[in-house]
Amino acid sequence: MEDAAMDVDSNKTVLCRFMSEAGEAIGNLLDLPLNITRDKLQLICNALLQQEENMPYIFLVKEREITASLENALDKDTLNTEEVIDIIYQQQAVFRVRPVTRCTSSMPGHAEAVISVRFSPNGKLLASGSGDTTVRMWDITTQTPHVTCTGHRHWVLCIAWAPDSSRLASACKHGHIIIWDAESGKQVGRTLSGHKQWVTSLSWEPYHRNPDCRYLASSSKDGDIRIWDTVLGQTVRILTGHTKSVTCVVWGGAGLIYSASQDRTIKVWRAEDGVMCRTLEGHAHWVNTLAVNCDYVLRIGPFDPIINPHGVTKDKAALQRDAEQSYKNVVKEDGERLISGSDDFTLFLWSPEKEKKAVARMTGHQQLINSVQFSPDARYAASASFDKSVKLWDGKTGKFIATFRGHVQAVYMVGWSPDSRLLVSGSADSTLKVWSMKTHRLELDLPGHADEVYAVDWAPDGMRVASGGKDKVLRLWQH
Amino acid sequence: MPQNEYIERHRKLYGRRLDYEERKRKREARAPKKRAEKARKLRGIKAKIFNKERRNEKIQMKKKIQAHEEKKVKKTEEQPTDGALPVYLLDRDVQSRAKVLSNMIKQKRKEKAGKWEVPIPKVKAQGDSEVFKVLRTGKSRRKAWKRMVTKVTFVGEGFTRKPPKFERFIRPMALRFNKAHVTHPELKATFCVPIIGVKKNPSSPMYTSLGVITKGTVIEVNISELGLVTQAGKVVWGKYAQVTNNPENDGCINAILIV
Repeated sequence: MEDAAMDVDSNKTVLCRFMSEAGEAIGNLLDLPLNITRDKLQLICNALLQQEENMPYIFLVKEREITASLENALDKDTLNTEEVIDIIYQQQAVFRVRPVTRCTSSMPGHAEAVISVRFSPNGKLLASGSGDTTVRMWDITTQTPHVTCTGHRHWVLCIAWAPDSSRLASACKHGHIIIWDAESGKQVGRTLSGHKQWVTSLSWEPYHRNPDCRYLASSSKDGDIRIWDTVLGQTVRILTGHTKSVTCVVWGGAGLIYSASQDRTIKVWRAEDGVMCRTLEGHAHWVNTLAVNCDYVLRIGPFDPIINPHGVTKDKAALQRDAEQSYKNVVKEDGERLISGSDDFTLFLWSPEKEKKAVARMTGHQQLINSVQFSPDARYAASASFDKSVKLWDGKTGKFIATFRGHVQAVYMVGWSPDSRLLVSGSADSTLKVWSMKTHRLELDLPGHADEVYAVDWAPDGMRVASGGKDKVLRLWQH
Repeated sequence: MPQNEYIERHRKLYGRRLDYEERKRKREARAPKKRAEKARKLRGIKAKIFNKERRNEKIQMKKKIQAHEEKKVKKTEEQPTDGALPVYLLDRDVQSRAKVLSNMIKQKRKEKAGKWEVPIPKVKAQGDSEVFKVLRTGKSRRKAWKRMVTKVTFVGEGFTRKPPKFERFIRPMALRFNKAHVTHPELKATFCVPIIGVKKNPSSPMYTSLGVITKGTVIEVNISELGLVTQAGKVVWGKYAQVTNNPENDGCINAILIV
């Protein structure tokens, strides 16, 4: 009997059962041949789930992905043909983003290093902030300059699009924040000043909580977080409590504001009344970056790239419902998850809504972690580190999945494609690299910049990647 | 014990002495002299106590003066400078680095032609008599085919000596170098980097093959620690540099990177 099991030949069958990620079995036990391919599994799965269209899935057996056939994913030495094999299916994005392969345009204009680059949530405009104190907006379809916004008197450090794409907030090293109108490039309201030192990050209130996009949170080097009313141009609330520079602020979808600081803590604040809910402690050095598993849906707000890419023909209430729906889809399983990356070379996974204990501690990097990003489907997280590598982690458990090596200098930033199948990273070695989630390998190398790449962003519709860096040029990459 | 505040009452009724202000002014003007005299004369524990008090007084005074000065100074807004950095690099000390901006293809072409635009274009030729010292060998010291190099040399790591009998050139250990101080002309910074080889000694091809380093010699240096990167994102490690000093006189090699 044992020998028979060892000697698996092609017409052998095994008992299988399809399970969702949450662990619910669908259908009855199936007698599947061992050499069944991935495409056939997909057909069966679609039929079992009674999907009208053919949806793409990935299948996992004991945490190993089935890439070619079931046979390859199973360990033949320990295979017991009498046991039921659980095949876990994970639905993938219906649309597919093609990897960017070439530089379609390099757009000069800035007179100093390009520090931040961001696509608008509706994917029509691209904004860039630079050391020459201007914010520039670019028309993506024609790849030409749209407007130049002058107003700041020092380097523009960070920019953030309002989730309805109508306005852009930018902050400079003097600590002033200016709101710009996306179409005309004119300043809206007055300059928001109050921070005593430079602003380190900006975050708008999510669309599904307030479709007017009125409130903005900003964190500063002086240790404060301010919530601004952009219509009145006033500070609504100052969240004080951090004892050192606040490095990152994220306005979560559940009405909580998360802030990371150099005082080694992450604090969770309630947005309505500014009460500090809990302090997440665990890091041994500066916390540099934060990512929430709903980052992508909060960013795109109502502009879902498949359903409603430009947010047209709907009133605000309907759009708000859309945004809320997509937000709930992401957080329905285990709520909001937070990943923090730190100077102590580790990352922590938190579930900040419920508890102040960490879910997992992720070690492996050999240098400080500069940027961490959740994939749009929240299954993975990628971290960029100064040890020249990018690491991929499981977004649910925090387990290590893969290391992407290839850069020859510090990796500054990563960006996910909207379908979560590709990852782009920008580095001090002046290149961008595209990594594939399927093979866990380098997909493409994109040289072109003459100097360090400071900022990189993948458009929410997945068509383009924009990057800017020390060579003062903004580059667009496309398939 | 005095009953009631009779002094104040008197003052209120009749005022102070007529010369009160003047006496006060003079007393105050005299005070430093008095204090100095006291400080001079005090001895022992009293002097210690006095000096300690005086010191604290002075500290307070200085602080007050500083606070007033700060109030007066108008704060000027910081002007933006070159070399803008993203937020995540602001708190880290990043040394400025210049990337290799010159075209790699052009450089290859130049290399083939064996011509570089060098910092020192004219180099004094080094004659054989200057570089080599004749060593007399043989039992009666009448053979004169052995030479000793009197200049600084670079000897590669893989070099194995010939048997001493057949060794024509001696490169003294004391004059062998494997590091050079290389200045990056754009960064205006100098780094001590390992030498990879001697590319060209303009005086003679024989010197080049021997690894003789004189002023004007082009050497190849390992600059991987400078963190220069090509446009394709590869680390540049070998680059040429021209020697700018007379190493045999100075005991070190100074060179300028040829960008």
